[in-house]
Amino acid sequence: MSGSDDKGDRTLVAKLVLLTVGMFAFGYALVPLYDVFCEVTGIGDRTGVGSAATALPTAIDMDREIEVEFVASVNEGAPWEFRPSVSRMTVHPGKMYKTTFYARNTTDKGLVGQAVPSIAPGLATPYLQKTECFCFTEQRFDAGEGRDMPVVFFIDPELPDYLDTVTLSYTFFAQNRVATR
Amino acid sequence: MSTAAATHEHHDHHPTGIMRWLTTTNHKDIGTLYLVFSLTMFLVGGSMALVIRAELFQPGLQLVDPGFFNQMTTMHALIMVFGAIMPAFVGLANWMVPLMIGAPDMALPRLNNWSFWILPMAFSLLGMTLLFPSGAPAAGWTMYPPLVLQTGDAFPFLIFAVHLMGISSVLGAINIIVTIMNMRAPGMGLLKMPLFVWTWLITAYLLILVMPVLAGAVTMLLTDKYFGTSFFQAAGGGDPVMFQHIFWFFGHPEVYIMILPAFGVVSQVIPTFARKPLFGYDSMVYATASIAFLSFIVWAHHMFTVGMPLAGQLFFMFSTMLIAVPTGVKVFNWVATMWKGSMTFETPMLFALAFVFLFTIGGFSGLMLAIAPADLQYHDTYFVVAHFHYVLVPGAAFGIMAAVYYWLPKWTGHMYNEKLGKLHFWLSAISVNVTFFPQHFVGLAGMPRRIPDYSTQFADFNMISSVGAFVFGFSQLLFVYVIWSCARGGQKATDQVWEGAEGLEWTVPSPAPHHTFDTPPVIR
Repeated sequence: MSGSDDKGDRTLVAKLVLLTVGMFAFGYALVPLYDVFCEVTGIGDRTGVGSAATALPTAIDMDREIEVEFVASVNEGAPWEFRPSVSRMTVHPGKMYKTTFYARNTTDKGLVGQAVPSIAPGLATPYLQKTECFCFTEQRFDAGEGRDMPVVFFIDPELPDYLDTVTLSYTFFAQNRVATR
Repeated sequence: MSTAAATHEHHDHHPTGIMRWLTTTNHKDIGTLYLVFSLTMFLVGGSMALVIRAELFQPGLQLVDPGFFNQMTTMHALIMVFGAIMPAFVGLANWMVPLMIGAPDMALPRLNNWSFWILPMAFSLLGMTLLFPSGAPAAGWTMYPPLVLQTGDAFPFLIFAVHLMGISSVLGAINIIVTIMNMRAPGMGLLKMPLFVWTWLITAYLLILVMPVLAGAVTMLLTDKYFGTSFFQAAGGGDPVMFQHIFWFFGHPEVYIMILPAFGVVSQVIPTFARKPLFGYDSMVYATASIAFLSFIVWAHHMFTVGMPLAGQLFFMFSTMLIAVPTGVKVFNWVATMWKGSMTFETPMLFALAFVFLFTIGGFSGLMLAIAPADLQYHDTYFVVAHFHYVLVPGAAFGIMAAVYYWLPKWTGHMYNEKLGKLHFWLSAISVNVTFFPQHFVGLAGMPRRIPDYSTQFADFNMISSVGAFVFGFSQLLFVYVIWSCARGGQKATDQVWEGAEGLEWTVPSPAPHHTFDTPPVIR
């Protein structure tokens, strides 16, 4: 072996190992970085999906009809019965509507649940606003208890013209999987 | 030889039998280990592909249950990517990089031993999951959550196997970079290095930059499943799409990790058999570097359908199409090297020519997939399967086969059986097209990938595809036989082996002795 290069080898190896460790950390850093990137550029804005509307609509657009679909799901094996009371509504932008979702705890113990909302298509997210929603807070259920939970929403009249259907979906989780937010 | 033995006596106390291979630090031995390992994995992963193609021979569910089918698609991909193609290139680098730059061995020989022996452990971990009651991983090699989090007992085995494969690749990459940077023979400047060495230097940097990111992503999956974190769990404020971003930040450079060394091989083989120097050497180096750079800014073209804003779709569409420019430079240079050359068509050249032609087809289907509005139609169909098999089988795998036929006489000291080599080539080249070309059509017509059953209008093309796959699969046994018989004996190879071959590796005897370039050669 060429002994003369040993020191050069060691420096280069140290740099490369450092680069490897740095890239491992960078993988983790990507998680907050993507959020920062989206915030700065406004791309993929998901703000507001889990919080109440900040401004109320001023006018109702009676000429336009939007189909709103409701979807409810639970993750595999989660001990909930969960469904929307109606599966679709035809709404006018700017007008308030109320609907309910039914959830039931199928275990014989008390449970705390949390619904996590999602809107499809993603581009419609800022335009479906909720003023009241069971997803804003945790929901306590006694053993076997079932009840209807309300959501009050409106479609922002600014909704782009090419959208005529918006899907509001909730996934219901047992609270132990939900981080405090 | 006797003087070499006297001055390097300490090398010659190596153990024999199995211990020789377990403890070897010789770059040629380790190169051989890598190559034999990857050939084994190629056959294992290939038999899994045949299970898939047998099930898809006819519509309906015939041979295996859908769960096992999913295990086969997942394991086939993991084994071929991490077990066959990547180790084959590392093996070629181990054998050839020191010979091509006039170095006596790799810079870190003990580490070299370790980075190889981690691999069999990784694949034992992964392979043993096939025997578990809940089966092997079945959520696809891309390991998308939330589906992958439903994997049974195999889940931690999958994660730790991926960790080990990553460690092995990164150690190998560090070794290759240090060797190339510090151990070149006097007079071999960076822009005098053979192109295979150049492509490997760039590949090694890609490995170091992205394998740790994959390790991070799978560690996040592990803690999401067992330790209550919520990186990708929607319930805890995580985002499953985030995984796809992180995974493909690794995944796209990864596909270039699997093709750049093949570019290097083809850039060695074509000048030899065209008896002309490589056209546009400098532009080849810069094109390789540009491809490597661009690979970091195109990842989201794998996920156009997740619901990306228009600005994002446009950016990733155009940056992806930009890759066609340096790739086009390379294809142009290969063709220009052959232009008016005195070409002969020995087996390595045949594989290299097929590489240029068929890889380009795979490149074109890649351009089609890059078109964001059209991708909504192609996404997750057999069109994608056809695309990436065109760049990985007649691309990466043919590159490896060209390299094996090209350097086999140098490794063994014997010429391989040219007739059987050519037969292997023609069987492979025809059957690979019979297998994958029809998949373009069923994909465009909407047949989804990773599904064990399909609608009857796809039946004819799938049957053709399965026939091709079986011919291709069994042709590879011929490859194994040619290598085996060449190692056993045959016509003696000269030092230069090929009439038009140039480079330091052809100045040492055939077979290359255990120790070469103990005294560095002088490059004019």
